[in-house]
Amino acid sequence: MSKVFLALQAIEESRAIIEAIIKDNPDVEVENQTAMTKVSAEGKLVINAPTVSDLIGREWDPQELQLVLITLAGNVDEDYDHFTIYWDN
Amino acid sequence: MSLEIKSVEIKPKRETFGHVARRIGEGKLASRYEEATYDLQPTANFHYKPLANPEFELYDVKKTGVVMEDWYKFMDPRQYHYASYVTARAKQQEVAEQNFVFVEKRNMLDFMPEEIKDEILEYVLPLRHYEWGANMNNLQLVSEGYGAALCNAFMFHAEDRLGNAQYITRIGLLLSENEAHVLDTGKDKWLNDSSWQGLRKAMEDTFVLKDWFELHIAQNIVFDAFIHPLYFNLYEQELNKRGGSSQSMMTEFITVWNEECGRWLDMTVKVAIDESDENKELITKWCEKYIDIAYDAVLPLAQKILSNPVECVDEVKGQLIARLNKSGLSL
Repeated sequence: MSKVFLALQAIEESRAIIEAIIKDNPDVEVENQTAMTKVSAEGKLVINAPTVSDLIGREWDPQELQLVLITLAGNVDEDYDHFTIYWDN
Repeated sequence: MSLEIKSVEIKPKRETFGHVARRIGEGKLASRYEEATYDLQPTANFHYKPLANPEFELYDVKKTGVVMEDWYKFMDPRQYHYASYVTARAKQQEVAEQNFVFVEKRNMLDFMPEEIKDEILEYVLPLRHYEWGANMNNLQLVSEGYGAALCNAFMFHAEDRLGNAQYITRIGLLLSENEAHVLDTGKDKWLNDSSWQGLRKAMEDTFVLKDWFELHIAQNIVFDAFIHPLYFNLYEQELNKRGGSSQSMMTEFITVWNEECGRWLDMTVKVAIDESDENKELITKWCEKYIDIAYDAVLPLAQKILSNPVECVDEVKGQLIARLNKSGLSL
């Protein structure tokens, strides 16, 4: 199976999101590139809103991801409490 | 011909300041909040003792009976530093502004019964003096307190109280169609009306408290936990039934703010009592003392505005005790 990935801008707002991804997805690979951070995982990658909220001390809406997202690979499943990318095949 | 753009990655030698790295661990990224908070408080080399209070150094851990090995255990769960605080409040301010516009545009106050307006002017408007007192108390906490984690949060809390006072004033002016004399009448109520005197005395007694953590418990933990739920929750539920629902729209900020601050306030209690049994004993003593004072101070006011005052005051008292016990006290 190929990998899904998210590329996020390397800025303050992404920090908690990446931390939450590392917490909730044990096998994730984090790659710091120039001005961006690439997070990839085999098959599936989940961002849980409550995990991010705990890290930043306020409610986090998965739509806020769009503000720091550069690109992604995978099918998207988004709801009020999570943002998941996976390969639907 | 193809052009190859080469990018060079420059790795920063350090991820954050040395003093922050020593706390969170080498090589870790620090959040803005951590960088704007950890170890900002000056701790050594104070040259002169302040003339106003020469028994202590300018910043001195001995100014309170609460003893902490590390005052930075009180990290704010809301992670407020200047930028995040201002952003959060600006958003809430926008919502509150919309609510005022809504009430004014639809002339909703024309439909509010006159006796409710008078009641709000007499028994809610004087709370601006309470909020202003709370502002002064929190500024006192900023000046006497120890550790930037707490003092920053006290500063934000002090500003919030000024905001609350301004919202209450604005409601008064809206209800009276900008007749500023209602403010003088309100002040006269605060100073002379017998039902306000208990609260005023309780408030003014806190102005001279020496121990700053005691002041924090009295003002932010106990008094507010009586006043705010009573006025901006229970009373407004009654107002809604009697045709005064616009009041709830205009006090929206105060209720949202109160819920939000609860998380921070409960943490301050929990962290202090988890530290030692001595702290727990001290804080238990303070809580018991100020719960009794607040109960007696608030009851005469509740009798003026609520149909079942005793049940209501008992209810807010019960809620506060449940909150404190959840933080680890046994009241």
